[in-house]
Amino acid sequence: MGSLLIVDSIKKYFPIKGGFRKPLKLLKAVDGVSFEVKGNSVLSIVGESGCGKSTVAKLILRLLPLTEGRIFFKGMDISSAASEDIKKFRRSVQIVFQDPFASLNPRMKIMDILAEPFKIHNLLPNKEIKDRLSGLLKRVGLSADVLKRYPHEFSGGQRQRICIARALTVSPELIVADELLSALDVSIQAQILNLLLDIKKESAISIVFISHDLNVVHYLSDEVAVMYLGRIVEMAKTEDLFQSPKHPYTELLLSSAPKIKVKEDKKIRSWGDKKSSTSQPLNFSTFRLISDVPSPIDIPTGCPFHPRCPKRFDICDKVVPELKDIGGRLASCHLH
Amino acid sequence: MFKIIWHRFKKNPLSVLGLIIIVFFAMIAILASVISPYEPTQINVYNVLSPPSSEHLFGTDELGRDVLSRMIWGARISLMVGFIAVGIAITIGIIVGSISGYYGGKIDAVLMRFVDMMLAFPTFFLILAVIAIVEPSISTIMIVIGLTGWMDVARLVRAEFLTLKERDFVMAAKAIGASNLRVMFRHIMPNALSPVFVAATFGIAGAILVESGLSFLGLGVQPPDPSWGNILTSGKDNIIVAWWLSLFPGLAILITVLSYNLVGEGLRDAIDPRLWTSEK
Repeated sequence: MGSLLIVDSIKKYFPIKGGFRKPLKLLKAVDGVSFEVKGNSVLSIVGESGCGKSTVAKLILRLLPLTEGRIFFKGMDISSAASEDIKKFRRSVQIVFQDPFASLNPRMKIMDILAEPFKIHNLLPNKEIKDRLSGLLKRVGLSADVLKRYPHEFSGGQRQRICIARALTVSPELIVADELLSALDVSIQAQILNLLLDIKKESAISIVFISHDLNVVHYLSDEVAVMYLGRIVEMAKTEDLFQSPKHPYTELLLSSAPKIKVKEDKKIRSWGDKKSSTSQPLNFSTFRLISDVPSPIDIPTGCPFHPRCPKRFDICDKVVPELKDIGGRLASCHLH
Repeated sequence: MFKIIWHRFKKNPLSVLGLIIIVFFAMIAILASVISPYEPTQINVYNVLSPPSSEHLFGTDELGRDVLSRMIWGARISLMVGFIAVGIAITIGIIVGSISGYYGGKIDAVLMRFVDMMLAFPTFFLILAVIAIVEPSISTIMIVIGLTGWMDVARLVRAEFLTLKERDFVMAAKAIGASNLRVMFRHIMPNALSPVFVAATFGIAGAILVESGLSFLGLGVQPPDPSWGNILTSGKDNIIVAWWLSLFPGLAILITVLSYNLVGEGLRDAIDPRLWTSEK
């Protein structure tokens, strides 16, 4: 299948104002990110808090203006499209946010929230909206009588279902799920995840799944992009990435992910160990003291990961590594 | 939502008392034509400056008019001026504040500097200056008070918009394709109005005071139309011989303004967003 979404070296800088003078510094939230999403596939973006994942989501949806770069949806450049084209684009790409308590308007009934897309896009005559909504709610596992109620009457999981229903109203081709699960209980997470997979199966929707839960990402995605300080440091097919991470940061992430392993000696690190392509196992424990993420305002020189990297060598703090193709996958590290 | 606010509001007895008084005065104003014992402009030269009696509960003024009747009709005018002036102020404030907060950037900077400029004028003197140019009447008073009282509301609404426009439900509305107008008025505005209600309550108290002040100076509601302020004027002229002319309208102004302020305070506490989060 061809590419549904092409993100071409997008950048988003936020000016940090100093007093009433001109902006003093730039916060480089997203600094040259490129990727592709193919039809009917799941691309996951993982990374620590503050690495720019959510900003990427908002940029894809055109909820924030780009500083630089372009985004193509089905060949249409949405960063410079006319407003009618944008309206069409809004019907094709939808977003579900992290916090189900913040993403529904507290003053609107569920009926009004879910009927709004149909009214904005004139998709259905008013009489038919209610029938359609009942069907839609059934699909996300809710009954039609939620329509008369207000958001505060629902639990987090129910709200997230309503948010998914809202995203589905316009029958989109791409859904951006921005930390969709992280505000939910584990048992609810599984339900919502399965709902998402069912929807994907039924309607061939592509998903950009933004998360820091590596277990879910492993389970769900076709491809994974690892972000660090506004850049993609590694991107590969899910199995390749989890089997043999090429970037030390990916290894750090994989080794720090909690994973329940019963009866398999005392090793907690799972993926990094199995078929690690690196010469020797990394010892991250010695780096814990300095393992805070540097500020995206003062990005370290050279490779942005070098202050935390256990494998750094002389060139790392001087030259920024390119995102290179290494055997059908991408990584930006001087080791390769 | 309103139930919760009411529940919280009830806990403050002074505010409830204020509300009762406000409702009482409002009833008087609405029913003025029914309950006033005399015509407010009916002159009786044989009975000037008579002290309170069973016939004239609050006495008569220097033209023999019944003070109680004038105060009842004055309540109608004073409250009307308060409500309509604040209505005008809120309308302007909401429009300016929402545009400023939603669009931000240069529009915001220009509008907010204009607000600063308006705030830098001493309001009362600005009103005096305007009244000196246009003919004073009830409607000009209302308009002028409204036009000089919208700045606080604009700032409040702007602040609400600044935080609300970043919220996920607003982002979701944009993502679904909602136009700017729809996002502003259907999604943000209903969530931004609570502090405006509080400001409006205080605003009414302020407007009633300003109207009384202007009328007292002879620049507000013009005789023979009664207003609490211009009854006080005649009270001032006769304060030594007729204390009732000053006392009753003065008390009426005091109690009304106090009541609105008490209600405003109770409302402010009841809809404090910090208390909201715990109950969602």
